[in-house]
Parts: sequence; C-alpha cells; structure tokens
Amino acid sequence: MSAAAEAHGHAGGHGHGDANLHPPPIHYSSRINPLIVGIFLFIGSEIMLFGSFFTVYFFDRVVANPPHWPPISPEGIPYERPWFVALVNTCILVTSSFTMHWATTSIKRGNRAGLCAGMTLTFLLGLTFLLTQVIEYHRIGFNTSNTAFAATFFGLTGLHGFHVFVGLTILLAMTIRSFRGHFSPEHHHGIEVGGIYWHFVDVMWIVVYVTVYVL
Amino acid sequence: MRNPFKTEADAFRFVWLTIAYFAVIVAGAAINTWLGVVVFVLETAGLAWWLITRGKREEPIREAPPAHPAGERRLLVVANETVCGPELLAELHRHAQGSPTRVLVVSPALNTPLKHWVSDEDGARSAAAERLEASLVAMRAAGIEARGEIGDGDPLQAIADALATFAPDEVIISTHPEGRSNWLERDVVAGARARFALPVTHVVVDLGVTADSPGGE
Repeated sequence: MSAAAEAHGHAGGHGHGDANLHPPPIHYSSRINPLIVGIFLFIGSEIMLFGSFFTVYFFDRVVANPPHWPPISPEGIPYERPWFVALVNTCILVTSSFTMHWATTSIKRGNRAGLCAGMTLTFLLGLTFLLTQVIEYHRIGFNTSNTAFAATFFGLTGLHGFHVFVGLTILLAMTIRSFRGHFSPEHHHGIEVGGIYWHFVDVMWIVVYVTVYVL
Repeated sequence: MRNPFKTEADAFRFVWLTIAYFAVIVAGAAINTWLGVVVFVLETAGLAWWLITRGKREEPIREAPPAHPAGERRLLVVANETVCGPELLAELHRHAQGSPTRVLVVSPALNTPLKHWVSDEDGARSAAAERLEASLVAMRAAGIEARGEIGDGDPLQAIADALATFAPDEVIISTHPEGRSNWLERDVVAGARARFALPVTHVVVDLGVTADSPGGE
C-alpha cells in the first residue's frame, strides 16, 4: 500500500502499561454539559417534591372522594378557597416574570438603569405576593390540623411559599449586586440563573393555583 | 430533549406555555369536568408527540469536509474492534491503489448512556485506546500505514469531529454483520450517508465473536 507514513503518537500515548496513570484527555464535542445535568437534576428533584404533595392532594380528592369539594369542615361549613385573591396574586407573580425578563434583557443591552428598575420591581412584586399569601393564611378560617384537605392546601401553597421566600433571597442579592454594578452585557450569569429560578417558581405557582384553587 | 430552563429567555417562554396549557384545561373543565380531563389528556399527548418527533422530519444539513492538498487520497475509517477484520483491510488496500493515501482510524469511545450523562468517560476512552492500538498494529502488519484517534462516543459525532481536522475524501464504516451490530440497529451508516456530503462505504466484518463493548461494535 502506498499510504503516506504518519505518526502513531495519538494512539501510542494510551498504551497498555500506563493507561491508568493519567486520565485520558477530555473530549467535549458531544459531552453532556455539567450545568445541564445540574439543572435537570434540580428540576427532577423539584418535580418529585411537588409531585409527592400533589399525590396526597389527588388521593384525598379522587380516591377518598368526599361528596363535596372543597369538603365540609367538622363544623358543617364548606371550606372557602380564596380563589379571587389568589388570582390577583397570580397576576402579580406573572407580572414579576415580565419585570424579571425586562431586567435580563436590559443588562444584555447594557441598560443598567433598566436592570436596576427591573430587579427592584421583581423583588417588590415577589414580596407583595408572599405578604398577600401570609395575610390570606390568617384570614382563611381553617388550619393545617382541620382535615386532610386543609393539610394538603397549606402543604402545597406553603411549599410554594417557601420557594418564593428562597427566590426573594436570591432576588435581593441580585438587586443589591445590580445597584453595585456587578453585572455587564458580557457578564450577567447571576441574573440569568436567578431569573431561571424565578420563572420556575412562577410556573409552579400556576400549577398549584389551577389545581388547588380553580379545578 | 431541550432543556426548557436553559436560559432566562427560555424559562420566560415556558411560563407563557404553562399559562396557555392550563388556560385551555380550565376552559374545558368549566364547561364539563370530563371535558377538562379529555383536554388535559389530548394536550399532554400532543405535547409528548411534539417533543418526541420534532426535528426528526427535518432534512439534516449536510456537512462537508474542508479541502486538503491535491495529489493524495484521505480515508477515514470508523470502527471499533472490527478494524482488525480482513474484509476491512482488503477494502483499504483496494481504495489505496494508484495514489498516495492517508488513513485515519477513529475508534469511538463507546459508553453506556448513564456514564455518558454523568461524564464518566475515562474507562470508555481507555478501552477505546487499547482497541485502537491493537488495530493499528494489525494494520501495520498488513502493510497499511495509518494513524489513529479516539473519537466521541457517538459515532456520527466522531465522524463530524474528524471531518473538521482530517478532511477525508471518503468515510469507511466497519460494522459487525446484521443482527450482531448495534451500529446497524442505530442506523449509523444511514445516518452518516444522510448527514455527510461525501461517499460513505459500509464494510461488514464477521469476526465470529460477540462484542462485549458497551456499543457492541
């Protein structure tokens, strides 16, 4: 064969004897990005967490199948779900997704004022949502120990409320960093990641609202 | 599957998709509870179908290698253990007649899906390196000078990578016979012909043994 001679070094470096002394070089072309694996694991764990609460909720609603839904309280009064206040709260949270997206878009375009305004509004809207939910808890008229419905109601909305609290903590840090000028059109990873989390919280609330308050 | 939370813009779009998804269900349930259930099932099934089939009907963009110096012929051989087979060596001899020929052997680092997802590819690459070296020795003994590289675990991606650096005139894919070849089951040969704008030759090598590597080639 008239093949041109070429070096064999590529294969020779991975010999039998010293193959395990050093890790082989990393190949990136179709390697799964660790960040992608991480976000999938996070979403998966959240789905399992919320899923377990939804399972309890639907078990109570479908399998136990009480004659009325929401069920009648031990005092003989039907439970009232504050769907209208929750609808207003839903609008507030969806609006906060808008302002979050505005903030991200602003920093991508180098508009720092837009970033600061967007982050401040997002934080305030999120805080309004959480405070409204706390006030509703005080006015709702039943407690976790009343029935299975009451327990799952507080469990699901409370679990989401905890996520909002975590999100607000992240948003506060992002807002402070925005005012300190830590982000630029080239470096705004912190805004992107925090924004993703906030939208995730929004998505989960839509699922919780429709399931618990509407259907 | 595309990650719906890959970027903030993707996540924002997902919020709107979620709103639209549930709005239709609520509208159906407002008319009749069972209509809501039907809407939920139909929407979910439609969404699953779209996620599974999207992109599959699109014609792939054919990738062509860059030009290389005139006066030589370049062959890219993609194989794992079947590179030692006499059928492949005979094919290489046939292709190399008449002009100087450079041969690059790519041995994909075949891995299990779980290890691929957690980026645990050290073992797969070490195994591929050992197979590759044995192949090069066998080729040298048959009078074929070639160099070798360990490729990506996905054979098509390994070819695409080699196209960028080696610029071959032809790709030769060596597989086990039908029924014993995972690559044939995964349509690697057909996929290469659809994806790459250069001749793809398929050589079947019957080594008479069952492969024990993760990819089975």
